[in-house]
Formats: sequence, C-alpha cells, structure tokens
Amino acid sequence: MATDPVPCTVRSPVTLQVGDVKTDLARPGVSVIDVALPSAQPLDLQEIIFKNSYTAFLTVRVQRRRPCDVGRDGARKWVTCLWNHCLMPSPHTEAGSQDYFSLSRHQLLCDVDQVTAVRLILRQPSPVWLHFTLEELRLYPRGQQVSDCWVDFPSWLSHLAPQQQPENLHGGVPDPEKVSTEVQQLWVLTEMIRANQTAARIGRFDVDGCYDINLLSYT
Amino acid sequence: MRKAQGSWEKRILKSLNSMCTELSIPLARKRPIGEQKELLNKWNEMGTDEPDLTLFRPVYAPKDFLEVLMNLRNPNYENGDQPSFRNHLGLIQVPLKVKDIPELKDYFSELGLNTGQLGIDDSTQVPPELFENEHVRVGQTVLTEQDSAAAQQYVRQGCPTALRAELWALILNISNQPEDILYYEQLKSNVIQHDLLVDSLIYKDVKLTASNDDYYFVFEDYLYQVLLCFSRDTSVLEHFSYNSATPPKSYIRGKLGMEEYAVFYPPNGVIPFHGFSMYVAPLCFLYHEPSKLYQIFREMYVRFFFRLHSISSHPSGIVSLCLLFETLLQTHLPQLFYHLREIGAQPLRISFKWMVRAFSGYLATDQLLLLWDRILGYNSLEILAVLAAAVFAFRAVNLMEVTSLAAAEAVLADLSTLKVMPLLQIFLFATVS
Repeated sequence: MATDPVPCTVRSPVTLQVGDVKTDLARPGVSVIDVALPSAQPLDLQEIIFKNSYTAFLTVRVQRRRPCDVGRDGARKWVTCLWNHCLMPSPHTEAGSQDYFSLSRHQLLCDVDQVTAVRLILRQPSPVWLHFTLEELRLYPRGQQVSDCWVDFPSWLSHLAPQQQPENLHGGVPDPEKVSTEVQQLWVLTEMIRANQTAARIGRFDVDGCYDINLLSYT
Repeated sequence: MRKAQGSWEKRILKSLNSMCTELSIPLARKRPIGEQKELLNKWNEMGTDEPDLTLFRPVYAPKDFLEVLMNLRNPNYENGDQPSFRNHLGLIQVPLKVKDIPELKDYFSELGLNTGQLGIDDSTQVPPELFENEHVRVGQTVLTEQDSAAAQQYVRQGCPTALRAELWALILNISNQPEDILYYEQLKSNVIQHDLLVDSLIYKDVKLTASNDDYYFVFEDYLYQVLLCFSRDTSVLEHFSYNSATPPKSYIRGKLGMEEYAVFYPPNGVIPFHGFSMYVAPLCFLYHEPSKLYQIFREMYVRFFFRLHSISSHPSGIVSLCLLFETLLQTHLPQLFYHLREIGAQPLRISFKWMVRAFSGYLATDQLLLLWDRILGYNSLEILAVLAAAVFAFRAVNLMEVTSLAAAEAVLADLSTLKVMPLLQIFLFATVS
C-alpha cells in the first residue's frame, strides 16, 4: 500500500524515574514517547512502523474520540491497544535490539479509529544499556487509498453505458480468439527466454578484456 | 558490527596495497602468450613450481583477526573498567545471544546418548548389526531417492565413508552437469590469461600450511587448481548479499573514479588469509575430479566458511561462536576458566585458530569429516564452539596444572588423537552440570 505516513510530532522520550533524576545512579528503565497528531482531525490508524533501539518491551496507548462520548466529560479516552509487547526476547543480549517492527491494526487489542494522540511506553529492564528508544517512528492512516479512490472516482464511471455487443469483423480479419491464444504463447516463450538468459552467468570480471588495475580503493 | 567489519576490511586493503607497492608487483597482469602456454602445460603439477615467495607475507593471520574481535564494543553497552556482571570475563565483550547447554541439547538432539552415531557406534567393539548396517542401508536409500532434505537429516548421525561424497553433493545440490564443467574450464582459462597478486598469496599459503601437513601434502596440486579458479569466480560475489563483508573494489588503470571501469579485486571478492587453503584440503579426500571438487568447495564456502572470517551477529558467525565457546567454558568449567585467566592464558586465544579453520589441520581427517557431517546436517557452525569447549573439558586435568600460556598451548597442541563424537556426546549429554 503506497500510503504516506501521517506527519506528526514525535516528542523526545521522557524518562520516568522514582527519586531525583540527577543524583540517582540507577538508570531509568521506563520512558514515554508522546506523539501528537497534527490537526484536531482524528485519524484511523492502519499501521505503526519503527526501528528499535534497545527497547525491550513496548506498550502503546491511544487517545480516542468517540462520537458517543461527545457531550460527556472526558470526550477523549486513553485506551491501551498493545500491552508489554516483547521486542527483545533476551533483554541483556543484542537479539532484536536494532530490528524494524511493524504493528498493524489487527494485532492491536482494541479498535484504533478516531485516534487523536498516541503514547508509547518503552521499558528496558536490563541495566547494561546506556540508552534505549525507538527511531524512525511512522504512523500510517487507514484506508487512505480506498477513501481517496472513492472520492476521486470520476462521475461518468458511475453511469456506465449499456453493454454493447462486439462488432463482428468477418473477412480479412483473423479470429481474435485464435490470435490472442497465439500471442499469449509467444509472450510465455519470451518470458521463458528472458528468465533463462539471466540465469546463465557470463562471469566476466574484466572490462573489455582488460584487467589492468590500480591499487584497491578504500571507499 | 558493520562499522567494525568496514574498518577491518580497510586494514586488509591497506596491507594488500602496501605489499603491492613495496614489491612493485601489479595487482593483476595479463600473461604473455608464452607464459600462458607454459602454465597450461603445467596445470596438473603446479606444485612443482618453486616461485620465489620469500617477500610475500600473508595478508593477515587468525590472531590478527582475534585482536579485532576482542576490541569490538557496543557504544550503547556499559563497558565499565570495573569488573561487574556486565563485563564478560572472556575476550569477547559483545552481548550476543548464544545457546546454553539445555538449548544445545535440544538443538543437537540427534547426538544424544540414545541415538546411534557414526564415530561411536561403528567402532570395532560394537557389532555392526546393532547400528552400522542399518544406517548404511538407510543412506543408500536416501541416495537412490535423491532426497536432499532427508540426506541433511541423515548426516546428523554421520555419513558412511563410502557414501559421504555423494551425500554431501546431494545436500549441497551439486550435480556436476556439463555446464558446470564448462564453467570450471572457463575459470581455468581465466587463470591462464591473467596473473593476480592474490595467486602468490595462495601459493604461499598452500606451501606454508597444506604442504607441511602429513595428511594433505599429496593434494597440493589440487589445491592450486581449486583456489586459483576460486579467485576468478564472479558467482561468489552473490554471497555478499547475505555477508556483512563487502568485496574490495578497484578501477582500471587511468580510469579512477569512473564507475564503468570499476571492477572487484580479486574477481570473487575474497582475499585469502593464512590458513585459507585448509578449507579445501579435507575435501580432496572425497572428490577427485577437479570440477566437482571445486563446486563442492565453493558451495561450502558461500554457505558456511565465509562466516568464520567476517564480523557479524549471525548465530553461526565467528563472534557468536567465540562467545558461545567462552560462555560454555565459563558455565561448566568455572575453575578451569578462572585458572587459565589468572595465568594469562585466555582460553579463546588457543581455541580461536581451531574454530576459524573449522578444525581443519588439527583433527585427524576421518574425525574432521565426521565433524563436517554435522555442520552440513545442522546447517550451523555452532558445533565448532561446542567441540572446542569439549576439548578443553577433556584436557581439563592437565590444564589445571599449567602455569603459562605457552604451557597451555603445549597441552592442546596435538588434537590428532581425539575422537570427536564421544567428546561431543560427553560434553553435551553426560556431564553433570
């Protein structure tokens, strides 16, 4: 799906720590990334994509605006849509520490329509890592393509002309069915040849018979 | 890791470039016709050639590579100077995930005490009806069925000597079709046409290692025929898509910086190091036809051996193998590990060269081939680290008495009498932890 990510402001992670941040020697194990969506326009989330950087567990909460809540106190509610998702199966070791992850809406615990804000809570219980965060965070909205398509559908397409019978071209013109099957066969043959061509390796390492080289380059 | 690999590669390139300029020998040179004819005539006996190789030195040796691996540090990891649980007591300081013994027992379950093994249950005291005959029969069935996946499962219990060559070819998908033979002949003509500096490195390596080995010196000519062709094989470049290394690049003389004139050097992108020819030597026992031997070696290299000399976080990569070895030793022989560390003989310093060469040249050939059976069967090199730890466990009593690195090396200098499969079985399944 060639959707664009939603432009949003990702604030830098805020660490949560008990005690005085400056003097406490222990490293914080929890931090929170708040993502503010640009306009007041609530959006339907399709996917969240990010690159991990030494975070072990991830919890995602979204703030939703529900039509039924309008008029009531707390028109927007915070809901947990992903709880303690494991990114690093063994937090003291490197496995999963720099991987790319993608969370799509069907993996989440609850409905993520009409989202106004997203909060990612990162946990890293292992004290060996100096910093942990998420990078390249991108949110993808839902069904942008589909809705755009519906919007952009030209109006004349909705008024289809009645089905017309194809004209019968006799005499001088070969049978279209036969031609199309033969053309198909030809096409299949060319594809096969093309595929076979690339499989055979030429294996030449020189340029036009010359392999007289300078020193090795460092770039 | 990629940065470390990049800077290591730069060092190698610098070393090769300086060798090239010091000795005033071009990296590549087209052979004059006379020389080409001469080489063609001598093709099957290149070992009789005695070129002057005194000025050449190997580009690097395994111990140089170990120094690089020792200095790998994750900047996001707390690498304090104070000894703490965060610092590894061994040489490798990268916190990769390695298997522990329960996981290894599960992974190598076919090596268990209740499963028949070649290397144990085919010894003279065991009547062949118990295991060996049936195992050979199953092997023959696998070969007639030409089932590659079944072959891979089968070799986990070892290969009968008579069937090994065909079973390995089945697993590696080598069939020696006419086009493969033609390809090998084309590589041979490339060798004849161009002379590379890398060829001298290969000559030197073979002379220093395989020619001096009691088991492999007879195969010296085969080694040249395989390795010289290997250097010209551009199909090896494909493996760089899953290798953390990058092949060295150069430009045609006078066309520096122009991409149309950029070439890889050597054509296969692999610069041989000291001991490289030992990857080929054991295979010479199995295959006598140069083109098949060549293909088997090439496939083994692009599947397994390349991981032994490039820096990556892969579970079969050399960094993980080193860490696995050190962790196993520390966990299961803590007294030995501590003692060796105290006398300045870090165990990895001794076992590194075994693992980099996949034990080739250190074990007796029949034992080595039994070990390589399991590498193919499990599609992983972790067994090398387990064997290294098992060897230390076996010689633990002697090692506890040494007081220096040299003495420890002497205790572990000769592995040629060791039987691989009993060692592995005892270490994995019969040691009380």
